[in-house]
Amino acid sequence: MNTHQNNALLIQGLAKTYDNSFQALKGIDLEVTEGDFFALLGPNGAGKSTTIGVICSLVRKTSGSLKIFGIDIDDDFSAAKQYVGVVPQEFNFNQFEKPIDILITQAGYYGIPASVATERAHKYLKLLGLWEKHNVPSRSLSGGMKRRLMIARALIHEPKLLVLDEPTAGVDIELRRSMWGFLEDINRQGTTIILTTHYLEEAERLCRNVAIIDKGKIVQNTSVKNLIKQLNKETFILDLKGEIENVPKLNGYPLTMVDSNTLEVAIDKNKSLNQLFDQLTALGVEIISMRNKTNRLEELFIDMVEKNLTADDEVSSNE
Amino acid sequence: MNSQQQWVAFSTIVRREIRRFMRIWPQTLVPPVITMALYFVIFGQLVGSRIGNMSSLPYIQFVAPGLIMMSVITNSYSNVVSSFFGSKFQSNIEELLVSPTPNWIILVGYIVGGMARGLGVGLIVTILSIYFADFSLHSVPVTIGIVFMTSLMFSLAGLINAIFASSFDDISIIPTFVLTPLIYLGGVFYSIELLTGFWKSLTLLNPILYMVNAFRYGMVGITDINIVGSFAMVGLFSMILFFVALWLLEKGSRLRS
Repeated sequence: MNTHQNNALLIQGLAKTYDNSFQALKGIDLEVTEGDFFALLGPNGAGKSTTIGVICSLVRKTSGSLKIFGIDIDDDFSAAKQYVGVVPQEFNFNQFEKPIDILITQAGYYGIPASVATERAHKYLKLLGLWEKHNVPSRSLSGGMKRRLMIARALIHEPKLLVLDEPTAGVDIELRRSMWGFLEDINRQGTTIILTTHYLEEAERLCRNVAIIDKGKIVQNTSVKNLIKQLNKETFILDLKGEIENVPKLNGYPLTMVDSNTLEVAIDKNKSLNQLFDQLTALGVEIISMRNKTNRLEELFIDMVEKNLTADDEVSSNE
Repeated sequence: MNSQQQWVAFSTIVRREIRRFMRIWPQTLVPPVITMALYFVIFGQLVGSRIGNMSSLPYIQFVAPGLIMMSVITNSYSNVVSSFFGSKFQSNIEELLVSPTPNWIILVGYIVGGMARGLGVGLIVTILSIYFADFSLHSVPVTIGIVFMTSLMFSLAGLINAIFASSFDDISIIPTFVLTPLIYLGGVFYSIELLTGFWKSLTLLNPILYMVNAFRYGMVGITDINIVGSFAMVGLFSMILFFVALWLLEKGSRLRS
């Protein structure tokens, strides 16, 4: 019996070395369960796009195995591709074609007859707010509309696995939130989603599981909840009611002054915020608002990537 | 993909290719017609009337089949090379590469698209030539057969050029420096009986000579070379180019990293 029956994606020992000898992936293992909303995070050049490239066949792997819904790409890539929809980072549709034609043509490449394709194209153009522009050359669409067109194109064959490579890059916050809502809806309807993003707030808000990749290696693969639990310290920004001249000295809470109205404090996870406020109140410092300096996931991400960098430095110095 | 899905994918590529060259008809259909009309006026009427007969035919009748073939060759080639390279340049070839469409369907789809333009322009030029010269088709099977095979061969060559090309310069080098000289020296404007010795032997190495002569035979019944040999040569070249193009697509050469 196949133990990975419920895996949308199963990657084992995946390695990729490009022709210029750059080793983009150094034997990664990854499992994405069916129905998951999964984040693949990593700094630029970490191997995220290479991984996506292998999943959608634009990059040829050097070694390792990759299964999509149990189908090994080495056995039948054509069958595996029917399950996958990809939204790439860069706009890659014909800018001279109309959105409606782009969608119907893409459906045709998956063997979907024109009548069904037309019906689906209408559905997704309406769902993604592009119906008004269905008949104009796609080069005249705004950046946000082009991105939504790529999502509609990836969904036209109704894939069970949707892979999005930084889908909200350069998209304004209002549109980003509406895209989040749309993605959450299709995930609820059963589509497995893999997302790469630089907006860690996006990953924390949308995803249940996460893998962090750096220098071609997976450095963390767990649930977002577990990852957040690993956070030992959070940095907060405190906005003050009045102005202060010197940094107040508190017991166990190292404060730094951002400006005369703003303080920054890094608090260990096991320490209480109440004590911080008590001490500040005793000194006559009044707080009017408080926020995280960075997204919580971002703090962890930076921490892990830095640790990986240090480990690599140690290995290379031992060599 | 089952055979029905493959048919849908194939017809989608062909429809998209035809839509592409029809959308830009002032660039794809009008220029060859104007160029050929000028050839007919200058070589057929003005200069041709002073040349007299060539291979026992009035010059306009001799030159017309070559000019039709010339438009078929250049349009078949340029349609595939510009469409495929354009898709590569804009990265929208990825739409096809990520899909389950087999490589042989991609290949045949692009080739049929190129042939549609090459043969379409050839037909328009043929209609135009009737205005300038009298024709009684000598052999329909030879005419249709050789024009189809020539269009197929140059569509395949255009696709291979597009796969290797990495800039727009690369897709104009072959048509300018290889295709045009071969066409002009391929018996379009003169009979090789006019040549002797080294030049005649050299001309016999030009594959376009065989296509033009076979087509001329089909239209007006005269040829400088063996017709069966022409078909065999075009067939062999087409087969080789087909398998080379398919191999390049399977390998993902310059398409997948």
